[in-house]
Amino acid sequence: MRRYALQRLALAAPVLLGVLLIGFLLMQVVPTDPATVRAGPQATAEVVAAIRTELGLDEPIWTQFFLYLSRLAQGDLGVSIINSVPVTQELGATIGPTLELMFAALIWSIPLGILLGTLAAYWRGSWFDRITMAVSVAGVSLPVFFLGLVLIWIVGFQYQLLPFTGRGGPLWTMDGFLAVILPAVTLGGVFVGPVARMTRTAVVDSLTADHVRTARAKGLSEFRVVLRHALRNALIPVVTLIGLQIGFLLGGAVVTETIFSWPGVGRLAVGAILSADFPMAQGTIIVLSAGFIVINLTVDLLYAVLDPRVRLS
Amino acid sequence: MLLELENLATSFRTSSGEVRAVDGVSLTVQPGRTLGIVGESGCGKSVLSLSVMRLLAHPGRVVGGRVMLEGRDLLGLSGREMRALRGRDIAMIFQEPMTSLNPVHSVGFQITEALRAHDTTSSDSSLKRDAIAALERVRIPDPSKSFDKFPHQLSGGMRQRVMIAMALAGRPKLLIADEPTTALDVTVQAQILDLLRDLQAETGMGIILITHDLGVIAEMADDVAVMYAGRVVERASARELFEDPQHPYTLGLLGSIPRLDLDRERLTAIEGSVPPPFAWPPGCRFAPRCPFAEAACDAAPPPLRDLAPGHQAACLRAPL
Ligand SMILES: Nc1ncnc2c1ncn2[C@@H]1O[C@H](COP(=O)(O)OP(=O)(O)O)[C@@H](O)[C@H]1O
Ligand SMILES: [Mg+2]
Repeated sequence: MRRYALQRLALAAPVLLGVLLIGFLLMQVVPTDPATVRAGPQATAEVVAAIRTELGLDEPIWTQFFLYLSRLAQGDLGVSIINSVPVTQELGATIGPTLELMFAALIWSIPLGILLGTLAAYWRGSWFDRITMAVSVAGVSLPVFFLGLVLIWIVGFQYQLLPFTGRGGPLWTMDGFLAVILPAVTLGGVFVGPVARMTRTAVVDSLTADHVRTARAKGLSEFRVVLRHALRNALIPVVTLIGLQIGFLLGGAVVTETIFSWPGVGRLAVGAILSADFPMAQGTIIVLSAGFIVINLTVDLLYAVLDPRVRLS
Repeated sequence: MLLELENLATSFRTSSGEVRAVDGVSLTVQPGRTLGIVGESGCGKSVLSLSVMRLLAHPGRVVGGRVMLEGRDLLGLSGREMRALRGRDIAMIFQEPMTSLNPVHSVGFQITEALRAHDTTSSDSSLKRDAIAALERVRIPDPSKSFDKFPHQLSGGMRQRVMIAMALAGRPKLLIADEPTTALDVTVQAQILDLLRDLQAETGMGIILITHDLGVIAEMADDVAVMYAGRVVERASARELFEDPQHPYTLGLLGSIPRLDLDRERLTAIEGSVPPPFAWPPGCRFAPRCPFAEAACDAAPPPLRDLAPGHQAACLRAPL
């Protein structure tokens, strides 16, 4: 297990480096001079020149890349063009809410999808199976923004049941909890269908496995056969398949944050790109990509936890 | 009588209509004795054993007959009653020890779970002791260490021992072993058969041993039923069957093991293979492959006839 984990970690490192390189190159092609930005609008030419030297902008490009990495290591990603706030400060304030939103979206949607998929597989061919799968297929083609806008319109605006702009505080407070409901339903809602369909396929497959027949031959209850044998084994492919949806999750988070004015990294990214705030955009892209890598790594480790053949090899 | 099958029939509903994979099988198993069921691949042995366990997957269905276990018809039991019986009164082991164990659970977990299914009162630690004892009984080296092993860490023979330990953990009266050694190599095969014989002597259980290998039958069986295309074509004690086979199919099967004392003309191998259920001829199903067939054989499937005490064959030409 430890070797497997280290291996995965070692594989993630070059990917992270690649992401940082792309972020760096992005700043090379944009028409903004970081020294001018740092110096501020009133700075004299001498001040700008001094900052250029300090930032190493006259050095060869590879030297600049290493300078950039070492500044990054110290938490320096430059300052916003718009309001001169350090990029890392803004990122630090938005990462929490984004994690909160993802947590609130996945904590209900993945279990619900797995439950629906398992029941559909167990009762395959029944009306329950057909309806669940039809709704899931419809759900896949449902864009996040559409679901979000419908919820805002009906639940938030017409009936005024729940707040729909911004974050109300930490999740465990009443205001925080109420504020996260609509965004979490929106972001999680588009996940239930795909998870249900993937689970159904995997459970149908494992229900026909020889070891499931063995489990029945032992006299186990159907509940136990399905839960501890069919579903337990199906979770291995399901986790992998859910892992493949990470991009979809991050993209959905950006959209959800934007329409619900959720103060997260996604909304920050959209704002930075729309206002051509290049350093800020670069920061958010690095954070979102790093998130992608971390979730991937988590999925790989979860895979090993679920499968002793991987864990013990 | 431990188990008595009366006219058991099982069909599959397929796109090309209903097919009878098992078509009127009657058999008996005595306590402490081994009934061997032999026949080529595809003649319905697995479908028969799964029908007895009532573990047949859709679209298979038992459509007729009775399965009497100590006088109780299993086909009339509720799902709950049947579950209570599986693993406790009847247990089953399968051909593929590789895939018949769950790869994600430890050996110990899988045995303990079988015990727990029929015992809600014992403590976990006492069940664990019982599971380790079960591993010891099937002669797995270092049982308490093997308890925590996963199936992929064991060899095929060890996995089959685990299957046997699991099946016998509940002290069943009847064990159905469906080709338990087919996937194993020869020396391991002999060890597993020895083990089954010793465990039978110890527990007095009845065994149904299914195989396509007459060598295994010779080694293990007290009584034999020869199956062909969903029916029993010959029934006798093992001794009688080898000494005086009466059905041409049995003769054909015997032809594939070398016998010096067989004075009849040797049938080295039977031409062709078992037809699938939808392609069965209306008469004797073996007739198209039978060197003894005559016109009358194509009329109707011949019934089992008594040829000697305890010896029956379903052949118009018998005694041969
Ligand atoms: N799921 C199924 N659907 C249709 N036919 C089946 C199914 N399973 C088994 N059969 C039929 O039942 C017959 C007997 O199969 P089986 O009992 O597995 O043979 P054996 O164990 O003797 O090799 C086969 O000819 C096969 O065509
Ligand atoms: Mg078989």
